[in-house]
Formats: sequence, C-alpha cells, structure tokens
Amino acid sequence: MISVIDYRAGNAPSVMYALEHLGLPARLVATPGEVAGAERIVLPGVGAARATIDSLEDQDLVAALRDRVLGDGVPFLGICIGLQVLFDHSEEGDVDCLGFVPGSVRRFPDTGRVPQIGWNAVHFTREHPVTAGVPDAGHFYFVNSFYCVPAEPADALGVTEYGVEFCSVVSRANVLATQFHAEKSGELGLSLLRNFADWDGLGGGDGSC
Amino acid sequence: MLTKRLIACFDVVDGRVTKAQQFQDNIDVAPAEDLAQTLYADQIDEIVFYDIKASAEKRKIDLDTVRRVAHHVFVPFTVGGGIRDVQDMFEVLKAGAEKISVDSMAVRNPEIIRDGADAFGRQCVVLSTQVKHVGIRDGIPSGYEVYIDGARLATGLDALDWVRRGEELGAGEIVVNSIDKDGTASGYDLDITRAVADAVNVPVIASGGAGNVDHIADGLTSGGASAAIISSILYSPRLDRNIGVRELKEGLLERGVPMRPYL
Repeated sequence: MISVIDYRAGNAPSVMYALEHLGLPARLVATPGEVAGAERIVLPGVGAARATIDSLEDQDLVAALRDRVLGDGVPFLGICIGLQVLFDHSEEGDVDCLGFVPGSVRRFPDTGRVPQIGWNAVHFTREHPVTAGVPDAGHFYFVNSFYCVPAEPADALGVTEYGVEFCSVVSRANVLATQFHAEKSGELGLSLLRNFADWDGLGGGDGSC
Repeated sequence: MLTKRLIACFDVVDGRVTKAQQFQDNIDVAPAEDLAQTLYADQIDEIVFYDIKASAEKRKIDLDTVRRVAHHVFVPFTVGGGIRDVQDMFEVLKAGAEKISVDSMAVRNPEIIRDGADAFGRQCVVLSTQVKHVGIRDGIPSGYEVYIDGARLATGLDALDWVRRGEELGAGEIVVNSIDKDGTASGYDLDITRAVADAVNVPVIASGGAGNVDHIADGLTSGGASAAIISSILYSPRLDRNIGVRELKEGLLERGVPMRPYL
C-alpha cells in the first residue's frame, strides 16, 4: 500500500489517478498517525516551498515523516516541491526545509525563461532500482523555478540541463525524489512509479554501494 | 535541453469537445474523455481544457468532466473557464488539473492572478489572452487589443500592457490566442506572438491558426513560443485531413524544432 501525503498545497489527486491507472493500491494520508503506519510514502507537490512546509507543519506531519522516513527507513518518493523541501534550506521564500538530504535549493538564473516548463532530458549517473528500464536521456515533464544543489554530489542520481546543469533526481538510501512530475511524464513517468511500488528501499545507495 | 511542447486544446460544451471558427459556430467533435484517451495514447505533450460556456452561463466549471478526463491523462492538464477565485482553483486542482487557466475573469479582477500564484505557485496560473489586431491607436500602442467573453467584448487594454501586468501579478505562462486566426488553419499570428515572447520572461504559448506543420514550426521558432496549442489540425471535421502527433513531431524535428521523442 502506497501512502500519498495529502496536504493543502499538494496535487495528490494526479498522483492517485496515476497509481490507480497502474493498479497499485494507494491511499491518501493526512495525519501523523497515518504516516507512522505507512509502508511506503509519496510526497507529491506543486507550489511554493513555504506553503508546503507550512502545510506539513499545520498538519503536524514533519516529525512523523522524519521518524518514518529517516528512522524506520521506509521507501520514500518526493515529487517536484516534494523534492525541494527535503533539503536544508530553500531560497524560495528563504525558508528552512526538512533537512532529510543535505544541501540547498536555488533559483534558476534569469538568463532563460523562468519557470522552466516542459519536457527535458534526464541523464542518470548510475543505476537504481526505481529507474530500471528508463532510458538515459529519457524526457520527463518539469515545472520549476528552483533547483536543488545536494551537498554530497553522490546524492544526484539524475542531472538535467536548463541554463545550468542541475540535479533532477535525488537518491539517498531509502529516499528518492524527482524534480519532474513522474505522474505527468507519460509512460516513462508511470514506469518509474511502478518501480517505486516494488522497491524495498535498498540498493539506492549514496553512491558507495 | 528543454523541448517545445504540442498542446491539444479542448473547447468543451456539455462534456464534449467542439471546434469553433473565430470563436463562433462550434461543431461537435467527440466526448472529451474519449478524445483525451486517444491523444494521450498518441503521446500529446499536454492537454488544455476550456469549459467555454461556464463564464457566460455564470456557473461553476464542469468538474465531473474535468475529473473524467484527468483519470486518463498522465501528461500535464490545464483547465479554464469560469474560474472566479482561489476556491474555484482549488476545486479544479483537486479534480486532477495541474494548472489553472484564467482569461476573462482575470481582466475583470486581475488580483485573481496574484491570489492564485500566492496560493499554488506561479507555475499553476496560466494567463490566457484573446487578442485582435485593431491597428495602432490611442491606448493600444501595440496595435493589438485584448478581448474577453469569447471574443465578444473589447476591453480597451493593450495586449502587451496586459501580458506584462499579468506576469507581474504572477502568471507562470501566457497564452496568446489570436481571434483573427482562430480555427482558420492559416498559421499563428506570429507578430503578436513574438512581441509577447519578447515582452515577458515566462513561457509563451501560441494559439489560434495552426493548420500544418510549417505553421507550428514558425510559431515555435520565429514566433518565439515555448509551446503550440493545436486543435483543428488534430481533429477538426472541417479539415480534409487531420494529422496525428507522431507525424507532427517528425515534421517538427525535421525542421529543427526540439521535441520530446516519440516512443
């Protein structure tokens, strides 16, 4: 069973429709008690870092997520803003985030159009169970004005170019996160969700395994 | 690199996609849900859905149809029509849309753009504009005027002033919909599309007039657009021949336009 975090600023319905289409059992969760019992967690997202953090705090979910994801090590997938809030800090609204992955989130330079909106290629730095079968330079749908900079380069599983080369897929132990919207990236995105549903949270590594 | 997008546009009436010409004479095409499935399978990059009568009929958007389409579309899905406030936006997002398109309502109450961007992020708010070439005159320095209510009501707003204001208020994308070109299959209005693309720093979407691959390529290159809205070319019964996404993308790639590869 996949638990999809339902918070005010999220796009949980799109993720639920995708999981339903794939025939994967999923439920929306919105309370600390539900997070504590989750076997597998998706943090979806659209919108701004501060609104997301505020929502998670208002719903009292931050400590529960930390315990379940970092403590118990259940497989975790963050999507879009659900990737950005994993880091220590975001330039967007100068907000402190969850700190599950060391690093920060910065704004794209204004040399290109911001936000980046559209399909862009992801180059993978290594193999990972969740990206099995996804071709290198496969295209995924991005909508972002900000991008993450992991403090530890080995946490970057995928990289993408948009004026700068940025980390588009994060992998750190049982935590995986995509800057693109896997639920809105056609069949390649769906295959990634399918892989996530089968993943035991191992073999993601931090580059060392 | 970021590729250009092909966006299928649905003008929806009573749950069915229709096709107009210069915003009039809508003819029936297919149920929205069925056409969405067909186009998703054909690897369209994105779908935009307008409930074209919600605003005029002063009613809420048709959420049932939005929900049914969203169930089959695993590419981005934008919805517009009759959106009045953040609560309306919230309901559409909960029905499965990623982005909200505002048009006539935003002219009447521009703060809706700011409110939407504050609540959901600017990437969520698409400002759609209906523009008509009226010639340069007092108050219309660009020669293009903004219309609303299905191209029926002139606003006195200059197109470039309005899109700049929309960007300032928080719009994450701007659709330039040419009233003169809508449904004519004679090519986008490249002049106003280019002018808008130069005036703002958010992505600009060309709309109205695409009838063949060259038109789309022109909109995405000399028009400066990041994405092209198409409809007639895909499914209008008025055209002798419709063209599928694969053939369109192949043609665009041949013309040097970067596209998401057809799998």
